[in-house]
Amino acid sequence: MAAAAEKGVVLLDFWVSPFGQRCRIALAEKGVEYEYKEENLSDKSPLLLKMNPVHKKIPVLIHHGKPICESLIIVQYIEEVWSHNPLLPSNPYERAKARFWADFVDKKVAECGTRLWKLKGEAQEEAKKDMIEILKLLEGELGDKKYFGGEKTFGFVDVALAPFTAWFYTYETCGKFSIENECPKLAAWAKRCKERKTVSESLHDPHKVYEYVGKLKKKYGVE
Amino acid sequence: MAGGQELKLLGLWESPFVVRSGIALNLKGVDYEFLEEVPGTKSELLLKSNPVYKKMPVLIHNGKPICESMIIVQYIDEVWAAAGPSILPSDPYDRAIARFWAVYIDDKLFPYLRKLIIAKADDEETAEAAEQVIAGLQLLEEAFVKCSKGKDFFGGESVGYLDIALGCYLGWLKALEKLAGVKLLDKEKIPLLMGWAERFCSADAVKELIPEADKLVEFAKMVRARQNAAAPN
Repeated sequence: MAAAAEKGVVLLDFWVSPFGQRCRIALAEKGVEYEYKEENLSDKSPLLLKMNPVHKKIPVLIHHGKPICESLIIVQYIEEVWSHNPLLPSNPYERAKARFWADFVDKKVAECGTRLWKLKGEAQEEAKKDMIEILKLLEGELGDKKYFGGEKTFGFVDVALAPFTAWFYTYETCGKFSIENECPKLAAWAKRCKERKTVSESLHDPHKVYEYVGKLKKKYGVE
Repeated sequence: MAGGQELKLLGLWESPFVVRSGIALNLKGVDYEFLEEVPGTKSELLLKSNPVYKKMPVLIHNGKPICESMIIVQYIDEVWAAAGPSILPSDPYDRAIARFWAVYIDDKLFPYLRKLIIAKADDEETAEAAEQVIAGLQLLEEAFVKCSKGKDFFGGESVGYLDIALGCYLGWLKALEKLAGVKLLDKEKIPLLMGWAERFCSADAVKELIPEADKLVEFAKMVRARQNAAAPN
């Protein structure tokens, strides 16, 4: 098992993880072949624990036996090693903006999404308001562009956010709101992402995600 | 500096995040105007330049704002790539490692530092926060061995990305030892980092930017007093 990890590219991942999906999308955008290893998060493999001893989390990209951790760091690594079809623009200011918004997705979307499905009552209402605000800010950055990366470029911010589109149905159902109504441009962008092969092959059906969240709710005792 | 370039840094030197930007600019020998914020208030320019977070630092280059301290450092590294050594390592794997530890420092270590700023000396929470900081520094001691490869800094021969990410906190680490009555910088536990810390603080690009521990202690007391006096909202 350790010998296989010495060669080529291996991704330690978990099927529904949006963070893992970022890596899958980036690898697909670059046309990189890799070995996908599904982790059981309640019984983490010795390989995962060895490759990410600090956080013990997926995703981990293993390249020539060496681990890279943290999804956006992995995506930047993929970008730099396989530099064709760049995900980041060449202009330093535009790069800084892309990094800013990818980091914004990291800081805000998952945390708020979790509050949205995990909490009830007033706390859930607040999570819903926060989520709408977050999505509106992202929509503002998208503007009338086809992708965050521009008219032709599916870029760094698109990769960072696209996996969360599979969670939109869960957010809408738990929070009882419509992303299409609140953020029509972002909803349209989400549709365009799904039409992209690299994304559709990396994401799971939103109903499967919702089912998974249902199981998590039972596990955490949320009614 | 090239004519027609306008470079402003908004912030307070008490903020380790602002110090990061200053160090990066110094490493590249770039002139800039420092616009000092007033503690407890946010200037119009800050609010306009960073509407999303409303936080310092903000670097404004020819009217365009760049936010988030390590993103600013990378921006400076890329714009002034020809001026001075590279701040980020050149090898993609080394870059990933530097980025990993910088994220670790801000996500895992900094929250405990924040706790210690408001902590009381004999509190159980204080002891726990201090333990977490020490454990984190010990991990970084191991990282130093791997990253420095026997040289003076995480970045090798010169101050680099991870040196900046961690070193900016050195003033506060010393101040917190006084404020919270805990030992964080222990030669027994992190001997290599202690050596690195001395070299870092004496580096040309750094030496005037790390605030004195006593000044930070006063600053922290002022912040605490202001928070206690503020009406709850």
